[in-house]
Amino acid sequence: MNITPDQIIYWSYENIRINNTLVTTWAIMILLTGISWLITRNIHPDKPVDGKQGVLEMIFITLNEQISEAGLQNPARYLPFLGTLFLFIAFANIATIFPGYRAPTGSLSTTAALAFCVFLAVPFYNIYDMGLKAYLKTYFSPNPFMAPFNVIGEFTRTLSLSFRLFGNIMSGEIIISILLSLAPFFFPVIMSLFGLLTGIIQAYIFAILATVYIAAASKNN
Amino acid sequence: MDTLSLIATASILIAGLTTAIGVIAPSLGQGRAVASALNAIAQQPDASPTITRTLFVGLAMIESSGIYCFVISMILIFANPFWNHFAGN
Repeated sequence: MNITPDQIIYWSYENIRINNTLVTTWAIMILLTGISWLITRNIHPDKPVDGKQGVLEMIFITLNEQISEAGLQNPARYLPFLGTLFLFIAFANIATIFPGYRAPTGSLSTTAALAFCVFLAVPFYNIYDMGLKAYLKTYFSPNPFMAPFNVIGEFTRTLSLSFRLFGNIMSGEIIISILLSLAPFFFPVIMSLFGLLTGIIQAYIFAILATVYIAAASKNN
Repeated sequence: MDTLSLIATASILIAGLTTAIGVIAPSLGQGRAVASALNAIAQQPDASPTITRTLFVGLAMIESSGIYCFVISMILIFANPFWNHFAGN
């Protein structure tokens, strides 16, 4: 039993390894971009909206609403980043319905990379909005004694963001594989269904927490 | 008992204890959260979609502390760094 899909290696040359995580991540990226490109290829204001475009618009509007509800005005600015995070994680977790597929989110390297993106995005958006000086000042709020804790909090929340997603997906996979050897067929199916629910909730939580982190720094000012 | 079996014994024991003890607090917390949510839904059935959504997010966040313990157990059993260190020598 492999604990992460990182250990399934397809091709290796010296220190360069092509593993399952890498392959599925690229496949998901190509699929998501390809589907979006196909749907948005020839949209036009005069044309009637067809089913595929309707689904995409539904996702788009819901994401916009959720971002503005979490406290960010002008959600269109943040949608490319936060929406992509949500869509990627949600798609990676839903695709477990295909047999033989291992979710790339069950590998710590994927989730750490995603959390690192959030770690960089918080100062990026906020420095762009209010300038470097005002952003650094948010570390000294509510008072200067809290500065070390604010800095530590920046790192620990990135760590917990990556571990939360990794732990949830990985534990689901491990429980399914243990149940497969104990009580095949029935219970693994129920746990897979439960895993789909957890996967969607975790994708939502990851995106909403990223939103809250970006919003929190700008609110303090 | 040589070093390897000592490490194996300690890892298995601690892995079980980590999940067993670490799961107590999150499960109590989740129970409290669900109980309060049910109370809130009973008092205000109209607000149940909002309450349910918030409840699920809250539950997942409480659950993550239990998940951390589970991750530690899994690392101890499947990817123990000390085991690889001593088995390699």
